[in-house]
Amino acid sequence: MGITLPILILAMPFFMFLLLGLGGVKMSRKVAGVLGILGMGTTMTLAYIVAFTYFFSGDAAFIIDGVRQQFQVFDVTWLAFTERLVVKIGFLLDPISAMMLVVITTISFMVHLYSWGYMESERGFQRYYAFLNLFSFSMLGLVVATNIFQMYIFWELVGVSSFLLIGFFYRLPSAVSASKKAFIVTRFADLGFLLGILTLTFFTDTFNFVDMTSNPMNVLAQTGGATFMGASVLTWAMVLIFTGGMGKSAMLPLHIWLPDAMEGPTPVSALIHAATMVVAGVYLVARMFPVYCVVEASMTFITVVGAITAFYAAVVACTQIDIKRVLAFSTISQIAFMMVSLGVARDGMPGGEHYSGLGYMAGMFHLFTHAMFKALLFLGAGALIHAVHSNDYTKMGGLRKYMPITHWTFLIGCLAIAGIPPFSGFFSKDEMLAAMFNNNWIWGAWMTMVAGLTAFYMFRLYFLIFWWEENPNYKHHRPHDAPWQMSLPLIILAAVSVVAGFIPFGELVTWNGVSYHIHLEAPVAVTSIIVALCAIALAAKMYMRKNTLPEKFRKAMPGLWTAAHHRFYWDELYIFITHKIIFGIICSAIAWFDRHVIDATMDGFAKVTQKVSFAIRGLQGGNVQAYVLWYFFGAVALALITWICLL
Amino acid sequence: MVGNIILYFVVALVITVFSVMAVTTKKILRAATYLLFVLLGAAVFYFQLGYEFLGAIQVAVYAGGIMVLFVFAILLTNKPNENENPLRSHRQVVGVIASVIGCGLLLWALFTMPMLATAEGTRSLSDALTSGPDITMKMIGEAFTGTEKYQYLLPFEAVSVLLLACIIGGVTVARKR
Amino acid sequence: MNLDILWYLVPSVIMFCCGVYGFVTRKNMIAMLVSLELMLNSADLNFAIFNRFLFPDKMEGMVFTLFAIAIAAAETAVAIAIIINIYRSIGSTEIVETNKMKH
Repeated sequence: MGITLPILILAMPFFMFLLLGLGGVKMSRKVAGVLGILGMGTTMTLAYIVAFTYFFSGDAAFIIDGVRQQFQVFDVTWLAFTERLVVKIGFLLDPISAMMLVVITTISFMVHLYSWGYMESERGFQRYYAFLNLFSFSMLGLVVATNIFQMYIFWELVGVSSFLLIGFFYRLPSAVSASKKAFIVTRFADLGFLLGILTLTFFTDTFNFVDMTSNPMNVLAQTGGATFMGASVLTWAMVLIFTGGMGKSAMLPLHIWLPDAMEGPTPVSALIHAATMVVAGVYLVARMFPVYCVVEASMTFITVVGAITAFYAAVVACTQIDIKRVLAFSTISQIAFMMVSLGVARDGMPGGEHYSGLGYMAGMFHLFTHAMFKALLFLGAGALIHAVHSNDYTKMGGLRKYMPITHWTFLIGCLAIAGIPPFSGFFSKDEMLAAMFNNNWIWGAWMTMVAGLTAFYMFRLYFLIFWWEENPNYKHHRPHDAPWQMSLPLIILAAVSVVAGFIPFGELVTWNGVSYHIHLEAPVAVTSIIVALCAIALAAKMYMRKNTLPEKFRKAMPGLWTAAHHRFYWDELYIFITHKIIFGIICSAIAWFDRHVIDATMDGFAKVTQKVSFAIRGLQGGNVQAYVLWYFFGAVALALITWICLL
Repeated sequence: MVGNIILYFVVALVITVFSVMAVTTKKILRAATYLLFVLLGAAVFYFQLGYEFLGAIQVAVYAGGIMVLFVFAILLTNKPNENENPLRSHRQVVGVIASVIGCGLLLWALFTMPMLATAEGTRSLSDALTSGPDITMKMIGEAFTGTEKYQYLLPFEAVSVLLLACIIGGVTVARKR
Repeated sequence: MNLDILWYLVPSVIMFCCGVYGFVTRKNMIAMLVSLELMLNSADLNFAIFNRFLFPDKMEGMVFTLFAIAIAAAETAVAIAIIINIYRSIGSTEIVETNKMKH
C-alpha cells in the first residue's frame, strides 16, 4: 500500500479544519456544510478503501499464513531531541486501527450530515464544522499512532477539540463550566498518562508500539525487576498509563466530566462522548494489550475499576431525568463493560487456546457495535430534543405517533444495547460475558446483572419517551420527525445496528492476528437474554402506561433513589475536596504565604524605593549650588574614609 | 632672600584677604575688583616661582581679558538705577561649615603628607630655582610646536579650535533673537 | 626661615575654600562665577607650585597651567554669554530663579 491514501486520510480533515476555520466566516452556511460533509465523505471513502485493503486484499504485508500483521505505512522522524528521545509521526495499520478508521469516519460522517439539519439555525455553524473536522483529524491521528508519544500528542488534541465542542454554546455559563470541567479532569488524568509514558519508555528505550507489544517479556526484562512502593515499576507504568485512559473513558472516579459534557450540541455528544473519543481509553489498553498481559496486577486493576464503574453508572442511569444524561451514564457503563472485557482477557486462559484473548476480541467487537448503536441513540435523542425543545423526559411521552422514524430507530438502538438477538449488541455482549465467565464466574455474574440494569434503564427511557402519557404541550406545538439530513443518519445507523452483529468480527480483529471463530455459548447467551427480557418486562410494567408504580418504588427506597439521582454525590465530593480541602486549607495557606511574604517583600521593595525617592527628591531640585554642596561633602566623606582606611 | 620672604608675605596676605573679601562683599563690582587683586597676587607668585611667561599670561588673560568681560557683564546686567543693589547671600551657615571643613581637611592633609619628610618636600625656593634650568621663551615655543614627547602641538591646536568654538558659541548664545 | 612648598600651598588652600564658600552662598550668577575663578586659580597655582618644587627640571605643570588658563578664559566667555542671555530672558541674574529650564 502506498502512503498516499493514509496521508490523505489524515490530511483531509485537517485541511477542512483550516479551510472552514479560517475561511468559514466568508462562506454561507450551505457552502460550509456541504464542504464539511463532502470532506468527511471523502475521508470516509478513503478510510474504507484502506481498511478493506488491509482486511481483505491478502497482501503479504498484511497477512502471513492467516496471521494478520502490524504494518507501519510510514514512520517519519519528527523531532529528534537526543539519540534516544526521538519523536516520530507515523501511520500504523493493524486490525484495531483499521477497525477504528471505519468507526470514526462512519460516525463522523453521519454526524456531519445530521448536524446540517440539527445545527442549521445556530450561530457559528462554520466554526462548528471546523471543530468537528479538527476532532476527526485528531482522533484518526490517535488511532493510527505508531508510537506512544504520537498517541499522547493526538490524545491531547482530541481533548482540546472536545473542550471546544462542549463549550460550543459559549454564551451558556453551564456549557463553559462543563467544558472547563471536562478539560481539567481529563488533563489531570493525562498527567498520569504522561508519567506512565515516561516511566515505561525510560526502561524500554523505545516509544514504538510494535517494538513494545511484539515482545512484552522483553519490556518486563528491561525494567529489571525494579520496584517502587511494593509494586514493580512496570505495574506502576501500566497503571499510570491506564489512568490517562480512565480520564478519557470516564472511569470511576474520573467520570464526573462526561455527564456535564452533554452541555455540548447533541451530535457532538454522539460523535465524541459516545462513539469515539471516550473509547480512546479502551483503545489505549487494547493497543498496549500484550504489555498489560504480562503485568497481572494492572489487568486486575482494570477489571475492578471497570466492574465498579459499570455497575455504578447503570444504577445512576436509572434515576436521571435528562435523557442525554441517561445516555451519558449508559455510555460510561458500556465503556466500563469493554474495560472489564479487556481486563479479563489473558494470553493462555483456562479453557484452552480458544479463550486466549477472547475478551480482547469481544471488547473490540463491543466497541464497534456500541459506537454504532450509541451514536444512533444520541442522534435519536437529538431528534427528540429538536422536536420538543427540552432535554427532560417529563416534557415528552407518547411521542411514538408523532415521530415514527425516530421511534423505530430508537427502539432498535434500545434493543441493541439491551442485548436482544439478532441485534448487534447481543453478539458482542455475549462474547464479552463468555470471556468474563471464563475468567471468573464472579465477573460474569456481576456483569450479567449490569447488562440487566442496562436493559432496564434503556427501556425505562424508551417507554417514558414514547409511551407513558401524551404531554399536553403537544397541542400548542406538534412534534414531528426531523428533516431528512437528520433522519437519514438515523436510518443508516439503525440498519448497521441490526446487521453489525453478523460481521465475522473474530476473523478480522484479534489480539495476536490469528483469526478466531465466534460461536455462541448457549448457557451464557440464554442467561443474558432471559435477564434482559425480564428487565424489559419490568420496565414495561412500570413505565409503559402512566401509573403510580414508579412513585411507590421511589417512596419505598427514598435514600437510594435520591443518592442515585445525585449520582452518589461524586460531584459534591469533588467540590468538597477541591474547595474545602485543597482551596480552603492548602491553598489558603499558600495564598497567605504568597500574599504576606512574597508579595509583601516585593511591595516592600517598591515602598522603600518610593519612600527613599520621596525623601531624596529634594536633591534633584535643579539648584546648582546644592549639587555642588553635595558633591563637596561627598568628596570630604571620601577623603575621611580614605584617611580612616589608611590609619 | 629676605626680599623674597617679604614679598611672599605681602602677596600671601593680599591673596588671603582679598579672596575672603571677594566672596563676602556686598557690591558685585567690588567683588570683581577684589578678584582682580587675587589674580594679580597669583601672577606675582608665578613670577616668584620663576615662571615669567606664565605670570605674564595670567596678567594678560585673566586680569586683562576676563576681568574686562566681568566688568562688562556686571554693567550689562545691573539696571542703572539699581546699581547699589547689595549682593544677597543665602545658606551662609552651610557655606561656612563646608569651607571650614574643607579648609581644615586640606590643611591637615598638607601638613601630614609623607612628602614633607623627603628632600623635595623640604626643598627651599632658592634650591628649587637653581636645581632646574631657567624657563626661556625658546623652550616654551618648542614645547608648543613639536610632536615629540613633552611637546604639545596637538593640545595647542585643540585649544585654538576650542577658542574658535567659544567665540562662535558666545556670539550665538548672547545675540539678540 | 625657609620658603618651602607648604608656604605657597597654604594661600592656595585658603583661596580655594573661599571659592567654595562663595559659590555656595552667592545668589548672583556673576558673583558665583567670580568664586569659580577663585577655585580655578587656586588649582592653577598648585600646578605651578608642584612643578617648581618637586620637578624643577621639567615644565609640564606650567604648560598645563597655560592650557587651563586658556580653557578657563573660554569657559568664562561662554558662561557670561549664557548669563547675559538669561538676564535678557527673565530679567534677573539670581540663581534661584533659574531652576526651571522652560525659559
